[in-house]
Amino acid sequence: MAAKAIDWLNDRLGVAAIREVAGHKTVPVHSATRWYYFGGITLFLFGIQVITGTLLLFYYRPTVAEGFDSVRFIMTRVEFGWLIRSIHSWSANLLIFVAFVHMFSVVFTHAYRKPRELTWGSGIALLGLMLGFGFSGYLLPWNQISYFATKVGADVAGSTPLVGPAIARILRGGEDVGAATLTRFFALHVMVLPLIAAGLIGMHIWLVQKNGMSTPPWMAASRIRHMKFFPNFFLREVMVWYGALAVLGALAAIFPWELGEKADPFASAPKGIRPEWYFLAQFYTLKLIPSHVWFFEGELLGIAGFGAVALAWALLPVWGTDRAGQARTRLVTGAGIVLIVYLAVFTVLGYVK
Amino acid sequence: MRSVAITMLLFGVVLFGQPKQDTCVECHAAMDGDLQKPALLIKNDVHIANGLSCADCHGGDRTSDDPSVAMSKAKGFVGAPKRSAIPQFCANCHAKPAFMGRFRPQQRVDQLELYKTSVHGKKLAAGDENVATCIDCHSVHDIRAVKDSMAPVYKTRLPETCGRCHADAQKMAKYGIPTNQLEHYRTSVHWAALKKGDLSAPNCASCHGNHGAKPPEVESVAAVCGSCHVLFGQLYAKSVHQPIFSGAEGGGGCVVCHSNHGIQQPSTAMLAGPKAVCSTCHDPGTAGAKTAAEMAQWIDGLGAALKQSESVLAQADKYGMEVSEAQVRLADGRESLVKARLALHAFQPEEMHKPIAEGMAIAAETQKAGQSALHDKDIRRLGLAISVFLIGITVLAIRLVIRQLEANGSGYLEPSNQKGEI
Repeated sequence: MAAKAIDWLNDRLGVAAIREVAGHKTVPVHSATRWYYFGGITLFLFGIQVITGTLLLFYYRPTVAEGFDSVRFIMTRVEFGWLIRSIHSWSANLLIFVAFVHMFSVVFTHAYRKPRELTWGSGIALLGLMLGFGFSGYLLPWNQISYFATKVGADVAGSTPLVGPAIARILRGGEDVGAATLTRFFALHVMVLPLIAAGLIGMHIWLVQKNGMSTPPWMAASRIRHMKFFPNFFLREVMVWYGALAVLGALAAIFPWELGEKADPFASAPKGIRPEWYFLAQFYTLKLIPSHVWFFEGELLGIAGFGAVALAWALLPVWGTDRAGQARTRLVTGAGIVLIVYLAVFTVLGYVK
Repeated sequence: MRSVAITMLLFGVVLFGQPKQDTCVECHAAMDGDLQKPALLIKNDVHIANGLSCADCHGGDRTSDDPSVAMSKAKGFVGAPKRSAIPQFCANCHAKPAFMGRFRPQQRVDQLELYKTSVHGKKLAAGDENVATCIDCHSVHDIRAVKDSMAPVYKTRLPETCGRCHADAQKMAKYGIPTNQLEHYRTSVHWAALKKGDLSAPNCASCHGNHGAKPPEVESVAAVCGSCHVLFGQLYAKSVHQPIFSGAEGGGGCVVCHSNHGIQQPSTAMLAGPKAVCSTCHDPGTAGAKTAAEMAQWIDGLGAALKQSESVLAQADKYGMEVSEAQVRLADGRESLVKARLALHAFQPEEMHKPIAEGMAIAAETQKAGQSALHDKDIRRLGLAISVFLIGITVLAIRLVIRQLEANGSGYLEPSNQKGEI
């Protein structure tokens, strides 16, 4: 009976072809194999976000009047609402952290080199999207901290050279963060960004499938043992996913995500207002830049600098490889270390000061 | 070239067209001692800030360098007024609505009239020059606006200013009034609040008036307190104590229990116990003493119940449990406690029943919410432990499956066989 059903589906969907492809997929086994898991963990956490986000949508109401109260309702009245929201918030943060780990693992194993330039590019675009998810989702509970942090964030975005004021106005839906901002961020968070993310994730995974798993350039590919993706690697990946699920559960149960106080636009900004940790390094850097550098406005210069670095980073496969397509390992590893040290130090400083 | 010449000409006209500087200040600044003092003090004066100068009060011609002209009677020079003439001297401007309106339209102009009704004013009119006149409180020559925090009559500075005379035993000796008001006031809840920056808290003038300063009549004490403590005043007015405490024989209303200048934070110790003020009239064992003790017990009971709820909610909050709704509700409970303390001033136990019952119900409700949150916390952790255990078992099972799968090296492709079948 089951075989008949599988045959029926196979005739219509071509499942056997997928099974055929999956059956041939292999994963190189070497000292850096463990870093391959991080792409999968990122995907798993994204899946968690989709599921918990959808559940939250059943109760969340994206208006200034009801946003905060609906989240409080989820946290206090809805059965397991606290768990869903806490997991959604914790998973968002873990997702961005793991995405960064995944990105740096690609940098240090030089997996961005030919023919994986587009895989790198789509990955960087996905990381940017995840930050966009974080920024837009942060405002949705409409609490005091998120409201003022978004004001700061929108002001920073507004400092972008040339297009800044237009970006800030589009983001806010007006001159200040308000009802229009909330609905915009909601639309971005649950429709625009997920649609783009779905396409990019599909492309990213297809590229990984098409080009296979990269091995570091200092390893002779012909001498490396491979492992079947199904079931050997996949089962290991599932083990890691279970581990991630346990961590998420523990964080949600022991440190439920706090609700804060309802946003009051007329109140003075809470002391020590700062963005989420993944924007802290940039935030602290902007604070350090003097208000004027030569003839330029300091903040404008900072934003332009971040833009230039982000663009250069997205173009890593261009400057990180030579004409033969080989990785410039020392240069890229050095740049990666500098970036990690900068992000770590400035994030800590931004948190402490 | 032509434009430069015109500019220079205009500049010259502006420069030389200016009136001469204030010669009063110029000359007095060059003098010594008391004659120099006004010229040095005046730079902080509110009158100067509003474009007035020495001659606007003292008369004379401020533009003349010649002292005989500048201070000539022909130019209206009056010099320093006699102490008894100071109120009228100031009132020459401050009692004129049209003149004062030029600077501050909302400024009152009845200070002199009020002063005449004050103890200070009456005694001055009777020839006692020892009493306070305008300059004793507002200072002279460096007179600052009342809202200026450096002004001696600024809300937080006024007690000290009044105390300069009223806490001076020598000055007060001939009037036979106590000199401990400032000392007592500084122990009071009013001063504690004012010191913290709460400018709504009363100082001397809030109860005694400022320009019309006098002690409140014994009959009007309750009304004076009631001007801020409105609801307390209304309940007291209908209470059984009102006719008893009224009048000089009764002791003056509110002050009978709360005293006057040194008003302390009220507590249930005023109702029952060794320091109870009720016991000064109600002997132990009497119905009044029993009722007072009962009311104290209700208030203490509600206070303790709310504190207990607060502690449970704080504990739940510390564990990250969402109890903000209960915390908001607890604020209603605290309001009930305030209402109960307020109702006490009717001195009818039944008036307290409602707020006490409401408060106790809120305390019970919020405590239950806190305990429920703490219980949920335990359930969550138990759920977490079970989940982690189940996840652990599943991971172990997968590990076993992998081991079994790979027992004979299955699933691996050796380098030599990479293009072959796995």
